[in-house]
Amino acid sequence: MFELTLIMLALPLSAFVVLLLGGKIIPPKKSPFVAITAMAISTVLAWALLIAVILGKEFERHFTWFDVGGQIVHLGVILDPLAAGMLLVVTMVALLVQIYSLGYMHGEKRMNWYYAALSLFTFAMLGVVVSSSLIQLLIFWELVGLCSYFLIGFWYEREDASRAAKKAFLTTRTGDVGFLVGAILFFTVLGTFHIPTLYERAASINPNLLAVMVLLLFAGAVGKSAQLPLHVWLPDAMAGPTPVSALIHAATMVAAGVYLVARTYPLFEMAPVALEVVAYVGAFTAFFAATIALVQVDIKKILAYSTVSQLGYMMVGLGVGSLATGMFHLTTHAAFKALLFLTAGSVIHSLHTQDIREMGRLYPKMKVTAITTIIGGLALAGVPPFAGFWSKDEILLEAAHNHFTLIYYLALITAGLTAFYIFRLIFLTFFGDEEVEAHESPPVMTVPLIVLAVVSIFIGFLNSPFLNNAFGHFLGEKEALKPDLSIMATSVFVAFAGIFVAYRSYYFQPGKKSRLNSLLSKRILAEKYWINQAYLRTFGFVADFLRHVAYNKYFVDEFYQLVIVRPVHYFADLLYLFDLKVIDGLVNSIGWATLSVAYSVGGFDVAVIDKAIVHFGKGAVGVSKIMGGFDVEIDKISVSMGRGAVGVSKVMGGADSKTDKATESLGWTNLRLGWLARGFDLGIVDGAVNGVGLLIAGIGKRLRRIQSGYLQDYPLIMFLTVLTLIIVVIFLGKK
Amino acid sequence: MKLPLLSMITFAPVLGILVISLIPRGKDMLIRRVATIFSALPFVFIVYVFTQFDFGAKKMQFIERIPWIKQVGIFYYMGIDGISIALLFVTGLLSIMAMLASWEIKERVKEYFTLMLFLETGMLGVFVALDYILFYIFWEITLVPMYFLIGIWGGPRREYAAIKFFIYTLLGSVLMLLAILALYFQADINSFSITQLWKAGRTFALAVQIPIFLGFYAGFAVKIPVFPFHTWLPDAHVEAPTAVSVLLAGVLLKLGGYGFFRIAMPSFPAAFERFVPWLVVLALINIIYGAYVAMAQRDLKKLVAYSSISHMGYILLGLVALNEAGLDGSMFQMVSHGLTTGMLFLLVGIIYSRTHTRLISELGGMQGKVPMLAGALAFDSMASLGLPGLSGFIGEFLVLVGVIMAAHLHPVFAVLAALNIVLTAGYLLWMIQRVSLGKIGEKLKSITDLSGFELAYLIPLIVLILLFGLYPTLLLNIFDVSVKNILTIMGG
Repeated sequence: MFELTLIMLALPLSAFVVLLLGGKIIPPKKSPFVAITAMAISTVLAWALLIAVILGKEFERHFTWFDVGGQIVHLGVILDPLAAGMLLVVTMVALLVQIYSLGYMHGEKRMNWYYAALSLFTFAMLGVVVSSSLIQLLIFWELVGLCSYFLIGFWYEREDASRAAKKAFLTTRTGDVGFLVGAILFFTVLGTFHIPTLYERAASINPNLLAVMVLLLFAGAVGKSAQLPLHVWLPDAMAGPTPVSALIHAATMVAAGVYLVARTYPLFEMAPVALEVVAYVGAFTAFFAATIALVQVDIKKILAYSTVSQLGYMMVGLGVGSLATGMFHLTTHAAFKALLFLTAGSVIHSLHTQDIREMGRLYPKMKVTAITTIIGGLALAGVPPFAGFWSKDEILLEAAHNHFTLIYYLALITAGLTAFYIFRLIFLTFFGDEEVEAHESPPVMTVPLIVLAVVSIFIGFLNSPFLNNAFGHFLGEKEALKPDLSIMATSVFVAFAGIFVAYRSYYFQPGKKSRLNSLLSKRILAEKYWINQAYLRTFGFVADFLRHVAYNKYFVDEFYQLVIVRPVHYFADLLYLFDLKVIDGLVNSIGWATLSVAYSVGGFDVAVIDKAIVHFGKGAVGVSKIMGGFDVEIDKISVSMGRGAVGVSKVMGGADSKTDKATESLGWTNLRLGWLARGFDLGIVDGAVNGVGLLIAGIGKRLRRIQSGYLQDYPLIMFLTVLTLIIVVIFLGKK
Repeated sequence: MKLPLLSMITFAPVLGILVISLIPRGKDMLIRRVATIFSALPFVFIVYVFTQFDFGAKKMQFIERIPWIKQVGIFYYMGIDGISIALLFVTGLLSIMAMLASWEIKERVKEYFTLMLFLETGMLGVFVALDYILFYIFWEITLVPMYFLIGIWGGPRREYAAIKFFIYTLLGSVLMLLAILALYFQADINSFSITQLWKAGRTFALAVQIPIFLGFYAGFAVKIPVFPFHTWLPDAHVEAPTAVSVLLAGVLLKLGGYGFFRIAMPSFPAAFERFVPWLVVLALINIIYGAYVAMAQRDLKKLVAYSSISHMGYILLGLVALNEAGLDGSMFQMVSHGLTTGMLFLLVGIIYSRTHTRLISELGGMQGKVPMLAGALAFDSMASLGLPGLSGFIGEFLVLVGVIMAAHLHPVFAVLAALNIVLTAGYLLWMIQRVSLGKIGEKLKSITDLSGFELAYLIPLIVLILLFGLYPTLLLNIFDVSVKNILTIMGG
């Protein structure tokens, strides 16, 4: 089992290595098959593992990575129902997306790189899923982010793509700081990264501290799963190829945040406050993103905001309900959102535009795409019996049951908005009034659509009363809530209401005038429903204003630009200026000050320097006298130093190079020092005092001569004189 | 008879100088080859020492101790522990890389390689010396060739940069020398032995420890460099030839960190602890200030230089944690930073030699044009910004663990240091976006991808960065015992 899990992980990794290193050997046309073969085997293994887990063969293994101050940092692999289920989601979607990419990316250059990055991503994502160590999870988590960076920036020649890639990486990394600090806190407080051990030990600590710690982990989830306020990167990430959006930015990576909360769920349960925060963040994100999706015109942007919104839903599921509730919605969403992205890709592939206003009557030309989109849309809108209905209903049920009234209504409204925007998309794309040139995509693209559509129809039953809530039981939920018919009816009603409004507004019936936006048209409202014109004007104004705000995503990006990005850059420029002018300026002014002191001391002749050396020499000799036999040693040293230096200068040869001059003078200086040391025994104090002044003069002189550029030797003289000076002072002090 | 391995390591490059002196001027290729071979000799010996080294022992190993100037207790005293050998390894390795990167030097080849070999001896000597006078001599020896290498083979403002570098480090080391002498006389045991003076230093009254500690601090802080003594670094880096930048960032900055490990901390624990509140603030300033200023740079090399300042802050931060995790992190970061920043400077040098520009705005689109070069740059940037799985992460991670574990430090320091990770990612990704992505820049029209020669000296670095990132035990085991030993010594 353990070995099987490792093989499943290793396959996509080896595909990555083969494609990366064999870049020139493997022809681009063959490269997809390397990746797809590896992926297919991984998928089969994931099935096998799931079946094994259903049969009760769970396992967990951990081992030492390294130790820090006696505490062991673990790595570990876990295969429990949570992991096994998620593995299947990841491998299935990854496999379908890789097959689909054969058609979608046909003719792209850099196919090797594309499939290499997809394979690496899959490896990293599977790594996240099977990690039983918080730190190992973080490693794979960051690797996932890196692959996302690569793939968003796949068309890196495009400014928007390279910018979006950077933005995604930075935004998620902001959350990851929380994750990292949280993980380290767990390590320092509880002594391990091993998640099952953390469950056992967490009960022993202060619940408030625990709440802080799990919320730090949650910060990482907020970044990865694009929750408020770190949601801004996901819509931009749509600059990547559409299959990538389906895999990474809809089905798997963005769900990693939800998975992280699920993986550490027992810790969250011990800190109920944290769980409430999760619920509220999720609910507001769900609502907020849905309102933006209402008015977008880029088909991928609509789906991106929809993803943000649905991820919020999952967080609500975890926050108000249970592990199974959130994970169930993750699973169904993976199917129908991947489907929706791939159908959108099919449309984009055919039309080369992402603007739904430029689409039109595609239904007759792209029947498979259209029908599968509708299935995905029904699943997303929560129409029974499609997948989304079951998972969404359960979240609403849990919210109502656990008395999260505000969250319940937010979620309910969001459900209505969701149904509206997805059918707005469907009607405008497939049932508009314009005839556009289009063709159905090749089977390599449509077959994955059909597979996902079938899954989207049926997967919901897994956790329905019909199958006795099998999914929940599998994830260890003891007792599912009894279905509440009134809540079911309400949610179905809301979904149909949303679809109906979209139908009235955007469905084009041949022979009739386009009803685009007609529902909110003032004239019709006034004529049909006798509403006061003044009210309508205000209403119209407010509606326009709201639409404008939502269309511009509540100006969050602009806000961040204003209060974070630009101030950071200004601050950076300011500090650099500070570095140049103040700190370096201080250094330079010290130089200038020294120079002027040197002027006052007078004389810039070589003689001054010579004198200084003489004085220091005297000092040195004085020292040697005091030390007795020491002077012989100094003699020896300096003579030999001198010889050595002369040797060096000889080695350097050559008459007129600067280096030669420098080395020669090094030898020369040393020789002179040695010579000096042999002589005189005049006042040490004298030498020291005069030396200080002359030293300064020396520095000043040197600074003055910098510009003339031929005085590389002076620092050496200074160095040697200072050396002597210090010996003098110290010995004096000793006496 | 035992071989004097440490002396062989230290002086093998000097032997190279002698051989080169016999080669007539003008035979540049021969000089390059000979210099490279002799620069690689120490590494060969270091690897041999590795195989013989007892990583479980606390004591200094491979000791060579010969009386030198008996009257004042000066010995020719060398020995290594785990800390030294880890840094020796980096020094030996980077010296080879730097030599190879120096092959492009066309002017005054003979002098250049002579000085490079001289520099290598100085660097290696610092890490093996256990006598203060010997230590100081090697410490100063690194200065002189560095000064000439920058001053002669540097960029347009080379003289300014060289003088600045020289004055700064000289002032620092002068104060250090004062401190050495003060320590010697105060201890009054007629010995310049670093290890013997550990014991003596600890017995000093705090009032005596503090000034001596500050003297050493001046020497080390300039090298690291700690704010506000850092302004020589960007100038020196920008003007220095590539290979010199590599050694400057990869090894010379580490001399400061090494000084803390070898001298300042074990000799004056009380004074060090006294200054912890100051040092932690300085470390954070280094980290955050360096990152912000890096963000403002338009010159690729300056960006890397300031990022170095930021990264070196983590080393200081790890030290002040005063626990095993922090010190391990500090050491790990020293090795890792040597590899990653050394490699960054190599890459910047490669880019510069092909495009003759370091302005980020003039580059762009390298990914499509020269995928290997851009790939190496991306890889190294990821290592530098602390991507888990690469060596940079482990260093930062250990430092953060150390700070959070340290009872005397508020966890908020760790949070600030951690938040900096976003800034680091910010300026490095911005750099990659401008240099590697986007449209192909004007100056890149005729750029060529990495040659086999260049790959040969980059791949070992890539492998080590990956290896230490994935299997940190490999590196930790080298110095862990010695780090623990230093903590024990500090504890009494």
